Amino acid sequence: MGKVRVIEIHENVFAKNDQKALETRKELALKDILFINVMSSPGSGKTTALSSLINKMKGEYKIGEMDVDIHTDIDARKVSDATGIETLQINNGGLCHIDADMTSRALEEYEKSGKLEDFDIIFLENIGNLVCPAEFDTGAHKNMMILSVPEGDDKPLKYPLMFSICDLVLISKIDTLSFFDFDIQKAKENILRLNPKAKIIPISAKTGEGMDEWQSWIEDCKKNLK
Amino acid sequence: MHELGVVFYVIKDVKEVALQNNINKVNSVTLDIGEVSGVIHEQLIDCWDWAKKREPVLEEAVLKINTIKAVTFCEDCKKEYETVAHGKICPYCGSENTYLLEGNEFSIKEIEVPDEDN
Repeated sequence: MGKVRVIEIHENVFAKNDQKALETRKELALKDILFINVMSSPGSGKTTALSSLINKMKGEYKIGEMDVDIHTDIDARKVSDATGIETLQINNGGLCHIDADMTSRALEEYEKSGKLEDFDIIFLENIGNLVCPAEFDTGAHKNMMILSVPEGDDKPLKYPLMFSICDLVLISKIDTLSFFDFDIQKAKENILRLNPKAKIIPISAKTGEGMDEWQSWIEDCKKNLK
Repeated sequence: MHELGVVFYVIKDVKEVALQNNINKVNSVTLDIGEVSGVIHEQLIDCWDWAKKREPVLEEAVLKINTIKAVTFCEDCKKEYETVAHGKICPYCGSENTYLLEGNEFSIKEIEVPDEDN
Protein backbone atom coordinates (compact mmCIF):
# COMPACT_ATOMS: atom_id res chain seq x y z
CA MET A 1 0.00 0.00 0.00
CA GLY A 2 1.29 3.42 -0.92
CA LYS A 3 1.04 6.50 1.18
CA VAL A 4 -2.12 8.53 1.23
CA ARG A 5 -2.66 12.22 0.98
CA VAL A 6 -5.63 14.08 2.46
CA ILE A 7 -7.36 16.85 0.56
CA GLU A 8 -9.57 18.96 2.77
CA ILE A 9 -12.78 20.10 1.16
CA HIS A 10 -15.15 21.36 3.87
CA GLU A 11 -17.93 22.10 1.48
CA ASN A 12 -21.60 21.97 2.31
CA VAL A 13 -23.15 19.33 0.07
CA PHE A 14 -26.09 21.63 -0.62
CA ALA A 15 -23.94 24.68 -1.41
CA LYS A 16 -24.08 24.32 -5.20
CA ASN A 17 -27.80 23.68 -5.14
CA ASP A 18 -28.38 26.72 -2.95
CA GLN A 19 -26.31 28.85 -5.32
CA LYS A 20 -28.25 27.64 -8.34
CA ALA A 21 -31.54 28.26 -6.52
CA LEU A 22 -30.45 31.80 -5.70
CA GLU A 23 -29.66 32.47 -9.37
CA THR A 24 -33.01 31.09 -10.51
CA ARG A 25 -34.86 33.25 -7.98
CA LYS A 26 -33.02 36.36 -9.12
CA GLU A 27 -33.45 35.70 -12.82
CA LEU A 28 -37.17 35.07 -12.52
CA ALA A 29 -37.69 38.12 -10.31
CA LEU A 30 -35.96 40.27 -12.94
CA LYS A 31 -38.42 38.93 -15.50
CA ASP A 32 -41.25 39.60 -13.03
CA ILE A 33 -42.22 35.94 -12.90
CA LEU A 34 -43.37 34.58 -9.54
CA PHE A 35 -42.26 30.99 -8.91
CA ILE A 36 -44.10 29.03 -6.21
CA ASN A 37 -43.18 25.58 -4.92
CA VAL A 38 -46.24 23.58 -3.88
CA MET A 39 -45.67 20.58 -1.62
CA SER A 40 -47.85 18.04 0.19
CA SER A 41 -48.45 14.38 0.92
CA PRO A 42 -49.76 12.22 -1.91
CA GLY A 43 -53.54 12.55 -2.08
CA SER A 44 -53.85 15.90 -0.32
CA GLY A 45 -55.68 17.36 -3.28
CA LYS A 46 -52.75 19.32 -4.68
CA THR A 47 -53.67 18.82 -8.31
CA THR A 48 -57.36 19.64 -7.72
CA ALA A 49 -56.65 22.70 -5.57
CA LEU A 50 -54.09 24.04 -8.05
CA SER A 51 -56.41 23.44 -11.00
CA SER A 52 -59.23 25.41 -9.40
CA LEU A 53 -56.90 28.24 -8.40
CA ILE A 54 -55.45 28.40 -11.91
CA ASN A 55 -58.95 28.49 -13.42
CA LYS A 56 -59.79 31.40 -11.14
CA MET A 57 -56.67 33.36 -12.03
CA LYS A 58 -55.90 32.48 -15.64
CA GLY A 59 -58.04 35.28 -17.10
CA GLU A 60 -55.84 37.87 -15.50
CA TYR A 61 -52.47 36.14 -15.34
CA LYS A 62 -50.51 33.94 -17.67
CA ILE A 63 -49.81 30.86 -15.57
CA GLY A 64 -47.43 27.97 -16.12
CA GLU A 65 -47.20 24.74 -14.19
CA MET A 66 -44.34 22.31 -13.70
CA ASP A 67 -45.24 18.83 -12.75
CA VAL A 68 -43.15 15.99 -11.45
CA ASP A 69 -44.54 12.56 -11.18
CA ILE A 70 -42.07 9.80 -10.87
CA HIS A 71 -43.56 7.44 -13.41
CA THR A 72 -46.32 9.13 -15.40
CA ASP A 73 -47.42 12.47 -16.72
CA ILE A 74 -50.92 11.96 -15.33
CA ASP A 75 -50.87 15.07 -13.10
CA ALA A 76 -49.56 17.31 -15.87
CA ARG A 77 -52.30 16.05 -18.16
CA LYS A 78 -54.93 16.46 -15.43
CA VAL A 79 -53.97 20.07 -14.79
CA SER A 80 -53.70 20.95 -18.45
CA ASP A 81 -57.04 19.24 -19.23
CA ALA A 82 -58.75 21.01 -16.34
CA THR A 83 -57.32 24.45 -17.00
CA GLY A 84 -56.05 24.58 -20.56
CA ILE A 85 -52.77 26.12 -19.40
CA GLU A 86 -49.28 25.13 -20.43
CA THR A 87 -47.82 22.39 -18.27
CA LEU A 88 -44.30 21.12 -18.27
CA GLN A 89 -43.25 17.69 -17.11
CA ILE A 90 -40.00 17.55 -15.14
CA ASN A 91 -38.02 14.38 -15.32
CA ASN A 92 -36.23 13.88 -12.04
CA GLY A 93 -34.82 10.43 -12.71
CA GLY A 94 -37.04 8.76 -10.14
CA LEU A 95 -35.60 10.57 -7.14
CA CYS A 96 -37.71 11.61 -4.15
CA HIS A 97 -37.17 15.34 -4.49
CA ILE A 98 -36.81 18.22 -6.93
CA ASP A 99 -33.75 20.41 -6.79
CA ALA A 100 -32.66 23.68 -8.34
CA ASP A 101 -30.89 21.97 -11.24
CA MET A 102 -34.06 20.20 -12.29
CA THR A 103 -36.22 23.32 -12.13
CA SER A 104 -33.67 25.41 -13.99
CA ARG A 105 -33.50 22.79 -16.75
CA ALA A 106 -37.28 22.88 -17.02
CA LEU A 107 -37.25 26.68 -17.11
CA GLU A 108 -34.66 26.54 -19.87
CA GLU A 109 -37.09 24.45 -21.92
CA TYR A 110 -39.64 27.25 -21.59
CA GLU A 111 -36.95 29.76 -22.47
CA LYS A 112 -35.89 27.85 -25.59
CA SER A 113 -39.42 27.76 -26.89
CA GLY A 114 -39.64 31.50 -26.25
CA LYS A 115 -42.46 31.08 -23.76
CA LEU A 116 -40.78 31.94 -20.49
CA GLU A 117 -41.13 35.71 -20.73
CA ASP A 118 -44.88 35.43 -21.22
CA PHE A 119 -45.51 33.96 -17.80
CA ASP A 120 -46.60 35.92 -14.75
CA ILE A 121 -46.70 33.01 -12.35
CA ILE A 122 -45.24 29.48 -12.47
CA PHE A 123 -46.25 26.79 -10.01
CA LEU A 124 -44.06 23.82 -9.27
CA GLU A 125 -46.16 20.87 -8.23
CA ASN A 126 -43.54 19.02 -6.21
CA ILE A 127 -43.46 15.29 -5.45
CA GLY A 128 -46.06 14.09 -2.97
CA ASN A 129 -43.85 13.62 0.07
CA LEU A 130 -43.47 15.59 3.31
CA VAL A 131 -39.83 14.73 3.96
CA CYS A 132 -37.40 14.99 1.07
CA PRO A 133 -38.76 17.97 -0.89
CA ALA A 134 -38.32 20.12 2.22
CA GLU A 135 -34.56 19.56 2.15
CA PHE A 136 -33.88 21.02 -1.29
CA ASP A 137 -34.15 24.62 -2.40
CA THR A 138 -35.87 24.61 -5.79
CA GLY A 139 -35.28 28.25 -6.61
CA ALA A 140 -38.90 29.15 -5.88
CA HIS A 141 -39.68 32.56 -4.39
CA LYS A 142 -42.22 31.07 -2.01
CA ASN A 143 -42.79 27.65 -0.52
CA MET A 144 -46.29 26.52 0.24
CA MET A 145 -47.85 23.26 1.27
CA ILE A 146 -51.24 21.67 1.50
CA LEU A 147 -52.35 19.74 4.58
CA SER A 148 -55.65 17.99 3.98
CA VAL A 149 -58.19 17.32 6.72
CA PRO A 150 -58.11 13.49 6.39
CA GLU A 151 -54.36 13.51 7.15
CA GLY A 152 -54.91 14.69 10.72
CA ASP A 153 -54.05 17.77 12.77
CA ASP A 154 -50.88 16.16 14.14
CA LYS A 155 -49.04 16.13 10.80
CA PRO A 156 -46.95 19.21 11.70
CA LEU A 157 -45.56 17.32 14.69
CA LYS A 158 -44.48 14.43 12.50
CA TYR A 159 -42.94 16.46 9.69
CA PRO A 160 -41.56 19.56 11.41
CA LEU A 161 -39.06 20.57 8.70
CA MET A 162 -41.71 20.76 5.99
CA PHE A 163 -43.99 22.93 8.09
CA SER A 164 -41.17 25.18 9.21
CA ILE A 165 -39.96 26.10 5.71
CA CYS A 166 -43.36 27.00 4.24
CA ASP A 167 -44.55 30.58 3.86
CA LEU A 168 -48.11 29.41 3.37
CA VAL A 169 -49.95 26.35 4.66
CA LEU A 170 -53.35 25.56 3.18
CA ILE A 171 -55.63 23.32 5.20
CA SER A 172 -57.55 21.67 2.39
CA LYS A 173 -60.74 19.61 2.02
CA ILE A 174 -62.41 21.52 4.86
CA ASP A 175 -65.75 20.50 3.36
CA THR A 176 -65.04 17.08 4.92
CA LEU A 177 -64.43 18.40 8.47
CA SER A 178 -67.56 16.82 9.90
CA PHE A 179 -66.33 13.33 8.97
CA PHE A 180 -62.93 13.53 10.66
CA ASP A 181 -61.54 14.27 14.12
CA PHE A 182 -59.56 17.17 12.77
CA ASP A 183 -59.25 20.15 15.09
CA ILE A 184 -58.44 23.22 12.96
CA GLN A 185 -57.41 25.25 15.99
CA LYS A 186 -55.02 22.53 17.11
CA ALA A 187 -53.57 22.21 13.60
CA LYS A 188 -52.97 25.96 13.50
CA GLU A 189 -51.28 25.91 16.90
CA ASN A 190 -49.05 23.03 15.84
CA ILE A 191 -48.02 24.87 12.68
CA LEU A 192 -47.44 28.26 14.32
CA ARG A 193 -45.37 26.72 17.05
CA LEU A 194 -42.91 25.49 14.42
CA ASN A 195 -43.24 28.48 12.18
CA PRO A 196 -44.69 31.63 13.76
CA LYS A 197 -44.54 33.48 10.44
CA ALA A 198 -46.57 30.95 8.46
CA LYS A 199 -49.77 32.15 6.86
CA ILE A 200 -52.55 29.56 7.24
CA ILE A 201 -55.64 29.46 5.04
CA PRO A 202 -58.37 26.79 5.29
CA ILE A 203 -59.73 25.99 1.83
CA SER A 204 -62.08 23.76 -0.07
CA ALA A 205 -61.53 23.47 -3.79
CA LYS A 206 -65.01 21.95 -3.93
CA THR A 207 -67.02 24.73 -2.26
CA GLY A 208 -64.57 27.49 -3.15
CA GLU A 209 -64.10 28.51 0.48
CA GLY A 210 -60.75 30.23 1.12
CA MET A 211 -59.88 30.36 -2.57
CA ASP A 212 -60.13 34.17 -2.71
CA GLU A 213 -57.79 34.49 0.23
CA TRP A 214 -55.29 32.12 -1.40
CA GLN A 215 -55.47 34.12 -4.61
CA SER A 216 -54.82 37.40 -2.82
CA TRP A 217 -51.85 35.90 -0.99
CA ILE A 218 -50.39 35.01 -4.38
CA GLU A 219 -51.17 38.44 -5.80
CA ASP A 220 -49.41 40.06 -2.84
CA CYS A 221 -46.34 37.87 -3.42
CA LYS A 222 -46.39 38.91 -7.07
CA LYS A 223 -46.55 42.60 -6.16
CA ASN A 224 -43.69 42.25 -3.70
CA LEU A 225 -41.47 40.41 -6.16
CA LYS A 226 -39.64 43.51 -7.34
CA MET B 1 -35.56 9.10 2.05
CA HIS B 2 -33.32 11.30 -0.01
CA GLU B 3 -30.04 9.51 0.62
CA LEU B 4 -29.50 8.58 -3.02
CA GLY B 5 -30.07 12.16 -4.09
CA VAL B 6 -27.44 13.51 -1.73
CA VAL B 7 -25.00 10.77 -2.73
CA PHE B 8 -25.23 12.10 -6.30
CA TYR B 9 -24.39 15.58 -4.97
CA VAL B 10 -21.35 14.24 -3.11
CA ILE B 11 -20.15 12.33 -6.16
CA LYS B 12 -20.47 15.41 -8.35
CA ASP B 13 -18.44 17.52 -5.91
CA VAL B 14 -15.73 14.91 -5.36
CA LYS B 15 -15.37 14.29 -9.09
CA GLU B 16 -14.83 17.99 -9.58
CA VAL B 17 -12.14 18.11 -6.89
CA ALA B 18 -10.48 15.05 -8.41
CA LEU B 19 -10.46 16.64 -11.84
CA GLN B 20 -8.99 19.91 -10.54
CA ASN B 21 -6.23 18.04 -8.70
CA ASN B 22 -5.46 15.52 -11.43
CA ILE B 23 -6.51 12.63 -9.26
CA ASN B 24 -7.56 9.38 -10.87
CA LYS B 25 -8.27 7.38 -7.76
CA VAL B 26 -9.91 8.28 -4.46
CA ASN B 27 -9.40 6.00 -1.42
CA SER B 28 -12.01 7.48 0.83
CA VAL B 29 -14.45 10.33 1.25
CA THR B 30 -15.25 11.68 4.71
CA LEU B 31 -18.51 13.47 5.36
CA ASP B 32 -19.43 15.64 8.33
CA ILE B 33 -23.00 14.75 9.20
CA GLY B 34 -24.94 16.39 12.00
CA GLU B 35 -26.91 14.18 14.37
CA VAL B 36 -30.21 15.80 13.44
CA SER B 37 -29.61 16.26 9.72
CA GLY B 38 -32.10 13.47 9.08
CA VAL B 39 -29.67 11.31 7.14
CA ILE B 40 -29.63 7.57 7.83
CA HIS B 41 -26.02 6.45 7.79
CA GLU B 42 -26.57 2.83 6.75
CA GLN B 43 -28.75 3.88 3.85
CA LEU B 44 -26.30 6.54 2.81
CA ILE B 45 -23.49 3.98 2.71
CA ASP B 46 -25.65 1.51 0.76
CA CYS B 47 -26.45 4.20 -1.79
CA TRP B 48 -22.79 5.19 -1.95
CA ASP B 49 -21.63 1.63 -2.54
CA TRP B 50 -24.11 1.29 -5.37
CA ALA B 51 -23.49 4.66 -7.00
CA LYS B 52 -19.67 4.72 -6.78
CA LYS B 53 -19.38 1.74 -9.13
CA ARG B 54 -20.57 3.96 -11.94
CA GLU B 55 -17.64 6.33 -11.46
CA PRO B 56 -14.15 4.97 -12.29
CA VAL B 57 -12.36 7.47 -10.04
CA LEU B 58 -14.52 6.49 -7.04
CA GLU B 59 -14.87 2.77 -7.68
CA GLU B 60 -12.83 1.83 -4.62
CA ALA B 61 -13.61 4.80 -2.43
CA VAL B 62 -14.87 4.08 1.07
CA LEU B 63 -17.42 6.45 2.55
CA LYS B 64 -16.55 7.55 6.09
CA ILE B 65 -18.94 9.46 8.31
CA ASN B 66 -17.91 11.87 10.99
CA THR B 67 -20.89 12.54 13.26
CA ILE B 68 -21.35 16.02 14.66
CA LYS B 69 -23.24 16.23 17.95
CA ALA B 70 -26.38 18.31 17.89
CA VAL B 71 -26.41 21.20 20.36
CA THR B 72 -29.33 23.54 21.04
CA PHE B 73 -29.12 27.00 22.62
CA CYS B 74 -31.80 28.39 24.91
CA GLU B 75 -32.49 32.10 24.34
CA ASP B 76 -34.11 32.47 27.76
CA CYS B 77 -31.58 30.93 30.14
CA LYS B 78 -28.63 31.19 27.68
CA LYS B 79 -27.59 27.58 28.26
CA GLU B 80 -26.65 24.94 25.73
CA TYR B 81 -27.96 21.39 25.85
CA GLU B 82 -27.94 18.14 23.84
CA THR B 83 -30.64 18.27 21.19
CA VAL B 84 -31.15 14.54 20.77
CA ALA B 85 -31.89 13.99 24.44
CA HIS B 86 -34.16 16.99 25.00
CA GLY B 87 -35.53 18.21 21.67
CA LYS B 88 -36.88 21.72 21.36
CA ILE B 89 -37.67 22.25 25.06
CA CYS B 90 -34.84 23.47 27.28
CA PRO B 91 -34.17 20.96 30.10
CA TYR B 92 -32.98 23.76 32.41
CA CYS B 93 -35.83 26.25 32.25
CA GLY B 94 -38.56 24.58 30.17
CA SER B 95 -38.49 27.31 27.51
CA GLU B 96 -39.30 26.59 23.87
CA ASN B 97 -37.43 29.67 22.79
CA THR B 98 -34.46 27.66 21.57
CA TYR B 99 -32.52 27.16 18.38
CA LEU B 100 -30.10 24.65 16.95
CA LEU B 101 -26.44 25.71 17.20
CA GLU B 102 -25.01 22.75 15.36
CA GLY B 103 -26.00 19.26 14.31
CA ASN B 104 -27.67 19.94 10.99
CA GLU B 105 -24.47 19.73 8.93
CA PHE B 106 -24.09 17.79 5.75
CA SER B 107 -20.75 18.57 4.21
CA ILE B 108 -17.77 16.92 2.61
CA LYS B 109 -14.90 17.14 5.06
CA GLU B 110 -12.03 15.64 3.10
CA ILE B 111 -10.93 12.96 0.70
CA GLU B 112 -7.97 10.60 0.84
CA VAL B 113 -6.03 9.87 -2.31
CA PRO B 114 -2.88 7.83 -3.08
CA ASP B 115 0.22 9.94 -2.55
CA GLU B 116 2.04 8.86 -5.68
CA ASP B 117 1.37 9.44 -9.31
CA ASN B 118 1.38 6.16 -11.13
